[in-house]
Amino acid sequence: MNGILLVAGRDFRSYVNTAWGWAILALALFIDGLFFNFYALTSTPRYSAEVLEDFFYLTGGVALTCAVFVTMRLFAEERQTGTMVLLESSPLSETQIVLGKYLSGLAFMLLFAVLTLYMPAMILKNGRVSFEEIAVGYLGVMLMGSAGIAIGTWASAIARNQLLAGVVTAVIVVFFLACWRLAKVLDAPFNDLLSYVAFFDRQFKPFEEGRIHTESVVFFASVTFAFLLLAMRSLVARRWE
Amino acid sequence: MIHVEGLGHWYGDHRAVEGLSFRIAEREIVGFLGLNGAGKSTTLKVLAGLVVPTAGTVSVDGVDLVEAGAAFRARIGYLPEEPPLYKEMTVREFVRYCGQLKGMSRAEVEARLPEVLGVTQLSHVADRIVGELSHGYKKRCGIAQAIVHKPRLVVLDEPISGLDPRQIVEMRQVIRDLARDCTVLVSSHILGEISETCDRILVLAGGRIVAQGTEAELAARARGGAVRLTAVLRGARAAIEGALADASVTGSELRDDGDGTWRVHVALSGDTREALVARWVAAGVGIRRLVEDETELETIFLGLTREVAA
Repeated sequence: MNGILLVAGRDFRSYVNTAWGWAILALALFIDGLFFNFYALTSTPRYSAEVLEDFFYLTGGVALTCAVFVTMRLFAEERQTGTMVLLESSPLSETQIVLGKYLSGLAFMLLFAVLTLYMPAMILKNGRVSFEEIAVGYLGVMLMGSAGIAIGTWASAIARNQLLAGVVTAVIVVFFLACWRLAKVLDAPFNDLLSYVAFFDRQFKPFEEGRIHTESVVFFASVTFAFLLLAMRSLVARRWE
Repeated sequence: MIHVEGLGHWYGDHRAVEGLSFRIAEREIVGFLGLNGAGKSTTLKVLAGLVVPTAGTVSVDGVDLVEAGAAFRARIGYLPEEPPLYKEMTVREFVRYCGQLKGMSRAEVEARLPEVLGVTQLSHVADRIVGELSHGYKKRCGIAQAIVHKPRLVVLDEPISGLDPRQIVEMRQVIRDLARDCTVLVSSHILGEISETCDRILVLAGGRIVAQGTEAELAARARGGAVRLTAVLRGARAAIEGALADASVTGSELRDDGDGTWRVHVALSGDTREALVARWVAAGVGIRRLVEDETELETIFLGLTREVAA
């Protein structure tokens, strides 16, 4: 556990001690706030629950975009700067290294989520939504963000450079976001499968509405687990090349 | 004790090393020589625990690389040619982080830090940012991370490349100091450096160890038992040449130094120096100076690798 926290701590500090981390955070918060103001807070009177739903829809999207930029450097940067050898020649296992990297990304995602709190706090103060609805929405953002971070961790573990890692992550994330459209033009059983894996249309929807679906929790946890396992196996494979 | 037996590694169909076997004793400084493509980098990566070999065994104090990967890596310190550094950290933070990465507790690292910074001569820059240091200091930071956890074997790949003459002298001292606590394997293209620093040399060519021993042993092998001498003599040319007329003398060259002395270069098929001296003395030749020609490591190395190529 110490090894995991050691890797996570250094990576997290490298985000918050560099302009890169703050630039991503500032841009993500700016876009989230802008969209919230533009799409959720319209001049038409709306129920506060609808405004909160829109907020989580937008924040979920920004969180996934954030995951692409945060994770692209996890392994690829270490490889480019030659510091990967410090991790690979240490007694840490591949599982510890991958989990450390993943946790640092997740901590950054949590920081982003915490900094968006002022928006649902405004809805809570001026509307009629419960604290539980907000907590459930954030649980969804973190679960979906976790899946995005895991995808990025794997992409960064296999890519030669950061750009390629970012592109691979973006392609996979876009697939999970857009596959519900593909499902509409396909026949069974492919349409059912693609509908099931759709991040927003199927799995994130209940969280937006303040409901926890076990199916969705298991889905995001499974995606996270699967990609972390792939990342771990990719590192192991490098030793046997 | 480092024990490598039958080490082999293939990248697909390409054989990088094959049948590599050697042992390194405790606190020995061993030089690793080889031309590009000889399999040197692959061997170093295996010894650093970065790559699992296709064949053979590698162990440090009986801890096997494949069977106990993490425990093996905990016993190794590795400095690649380009030192791996987190440039945003201070030297102290970097060494501390690396120590913890190698499994030390925070308290253990804090206790060890002054010694490591002292050995690597980094104490006076301990609180400076790594990225702002000169190349020489960055190399030392690389060594500091490699030794902080008191490894049994330290593998240094080109530790003096890019250093200025003063830094080279300091780095030699750093490497010698390392050998007080652990075994050191130094890989370098600079043969003079290997000659200056190492107790023993392993020569790698075509993916195999083609020779190993001290520099003197390798020189003897490269000469094939022959001895080359340079003598400064006083006496008649005929007397000098008369003594050289022997089956053991395979070649000679005589030059008049102009002050009544002769400089003679002699090649002997075996170590028959005493017999030659006795013949000169019997012929009334005065011997002012007699030295054995040293074979440069470059010559030895090229000779050995040429043998393999042939």
